[in-house]
Amino acid sequence: MDFRLTEDQESIRELAAKFAKEVCAPEVETIEAEHRFPIETFRKFSEVGLYSVNFDEEYGGIGKDALAEVIVVEELTKASLSHAAAFQINRACAGLIDEVGSPEQKAKYLPWMIENGIPGSVCITESGAGSDAASMRTMAVRDGDDWILNGTKCFITGAGVSELYIVCAQTDRELGAKGITLFIVDPSTPGFSIGKIENKMGLVGSQTGEVILQDVRVPGENVLGEVGKGFKYVMANLDGARIGTAAQGLGTAEAALDLAIKYSKERVQFGRPISKFQGIQWYLAEMATKVDSAKWMIYHAAWLKNEGLPFSKEAAMAKLYGTTIGREVVNTALQIHGGYGYMKDYPLERMYRDVRITEIYEGTSEIQKVVIAGQLLR
Amino acid sequence: MQYQFLTEDQRGLIEMIRDFGKKEVQPYQSEWDDKGIFPKEAVEHAFELGFHVLDVPEEYGGPGLDYLTTMMCVEEINRSCTAIAPTIIGASIAAKLVELGGTPEQKQYFYDRVLNGAYTGMSITEPGAGSDAASMRTMAVRDGDEYVLNGTKCFASNGGIAEMMVVFAVTDKGKRSHGISAFIVETDRPGYIVGKEENKLGFRCSNTVGITFDDCRIPASNLIGVENEGFRLTMQTLDRGRVKVGASAVGYAQAAIDYATEYAKTREQFGKRICDFEGIQFMLADMEAGTEAARQAVYYAARLIDAGLPSSRAAAIAKLIATDNAMKVTTDAVQIFGGYGLCKDYPVEMLFRDAKVLQIVEGTNQIQRMIIGRDMCR
Repeated sequence: MDFRLTEDQESIRELAAKFAKEVCAPEVETIEAEHRFPIETFRKFSEVGLYSVNFDEEYGGIGKDALAEVIVVEELTKASLSHAAAFQINRACAGLIDEVGSPEQKAKYLPWMIENGIPGSVCITESGAGSDAASMRTMAVRDGDDWILNGTKCFITGAGVSELYIVCAQTDRELGAKGITLFIVDPSTPGFSIGKIENKMGLVGSQTGEVILQDVRVPGENVLGEVGKGFKYVMANLDGARIGTAAQGLGTAEAALDLAIKYSKERVQFGRPISKFQGIQWYLAEMATKVDSAKWMIYHAAWLKNEGLPFSKEAAMAKLYGTTIGREVVNTALQIHGGYGYMKDYPLERMYRDVRITEIYEGTSEIQKVVIAGQLLR
Repeated sequence: MQYQFLTEDQRGLIEMIRDFGKKEVQPYQSEWDDKGIFPKEAVEHAFELGFHVLDVPEEYGGPGLDYLTTMMCVEEINRSCTAIAPTIIGASIAAKLVELGGTPEQKQYFYDRVLNGAYTGMSITEPGAGSDAASMRTMAVRDGDEYVLNGTKCFASNGGIAEMMVVFAVTDKGKRSHGISAFIVETDRPGYIVGKEENKLGFRCSNTVGITFDDCRIPASNLIGVENEGFRLTMQTLDRGRVKVGASAVGYAQAAIDYATEYAKTREQFGKRICDFEGIQFMLADMEAGTEAARQAVYYAARLIDAGLPSSRAAAIAKLIATDNAMKVTTDAVQIFGGYGLCKDYPVEMLFRDAKVLQIVEGTNQIQRMIIGRDMCR
């Protein structure tokens, strides 16, 4: 067993940490006040080469490295979850094109998206189809060489910001999950519109909204992968994405622990720094233990993926645990800050609101348990 | 709430509060919360109905309810009128202190105004004196038949809207908890300066401010009880205040259970209601069981207070159990709602943000553990 990171991974961590500190952190307050997707920063992810960890050299990457991706997400999250979520938006969209696209589709979209920093969204969820994604109602009907799409997607990350959308639609309702197909949709197509933008508790720098499709005509060449295999593709992509979401929980927890350690050394009550009280020390010890366990679970899942080994169960466990402890550690760190932690002058107030989503998106914690138990009982 | 043991009167009160909340608070609270609006009209109507003076003795014109019945009402106020509850509870805690320590004249003076709808609040905390309240620095110096107050308080509930505040200040420097006194301060006196209004994670419809006392003169007759006995007085009221926060937490948890159960019964995924899944049923069962246990701990402490028996340990236990439970239950309620749980269209995200402060106010839960532990190890 070798727990050391490679030189490349170490340098990508340095790069990401520097970027998070110098570019992301200073704009967090503005993002919070304006509820705005940080598009300029998003474009810089490409410029400075952070996106390279997800893609092969021919598309502007340095080769896929799931562990390097985890590290980037971990570091960006320390600035804000909104930044990490912005970074990951293309792991799904460009990632799916990379995983299942035709050579023509890859050549057409990937360099454009990766080198220019173009955000893209994947549209799966519907108001009636959340955890039960296969029950979606958005339909695609063939018309000559084209497809006509109709339906409404909700909670779409990047809705209104993205310049490309991958839409999941039923092409054969009777087949259920096996009748779902992916379509690449240009938002300038007639009939495509953005509906309600959600007013969320946290993650306000990530725009979330409805995507409405009314007789949207999509050419046959925009079918992504094979007809009827869309659900399978999306689920496979989600396995990898979950490791990244776990890293969001981890990064938040690491940042919260650092804040708690710093504050407990500075804050004096009853004549001494509160870090001198055993009650507080034990909280810090528990927090650090959770952070470390999550970290190695997540790194292990990423390592399995890099090695080409099965990693579904490990990814689900890493996501379940990493996001649970993310919330727990933030909660304790806020508690250690007392009343100050509750005020918007301190970052924990935002982190507390932000981290909650990690237990819900990319498959709720409950769905992770379904995946884990499914693997155990095979 | 188990109805079978309630008297007619208790049932009537609770139903009155519930109706009020349904009509005057619930339809609007999401907007108030989002925009940080102080809902003056609803609060003042609640004052007219006497929600903030339930346990004011009959001799001073109040209804003189016993503490157990008061706690049942406090629970319902927090459950049904969530957004205005902190303002009401903040006012009632100040009134209690005057009742316990004040002269008959002070009580009459205070209650006459309170029963007429005056806002009141209590101010102990300072930037350097949170859990360690005895290290406060605000001074009250006797000058003839006046006291002159100087210092800075923070996190004062209702401090910016109150007509009268109960303020704690040092009257004998160096004696820590034995040198602190409590005063009634009319907020229109020169030198009472309202500072920054806090922008908070939750309790966003309530007023929390810093207060600066700049040579603020008050008549010596505004001293509550005996000089240097303020800390002892606050310890007595804190028992009551803690049980009250416990009752509030039970109300929050109950509201979250109500919403989550209703949602689980209507939300369908995988072809059935999500409440028909055992995993969700177990979550709901844990929420219900934890809340019922918390409620009984609150009622037990209230009964001790009504019987005039020592209640410090029971009050600390009630506050600790009930607020930790509220945190857990509101977290789980968000989880049951999934993505919808984080959107401002549903009230559970507000409950989740609000519940956090209950673990901090009226003595952090760490202080409660200290009280319980020390009492056990005497």
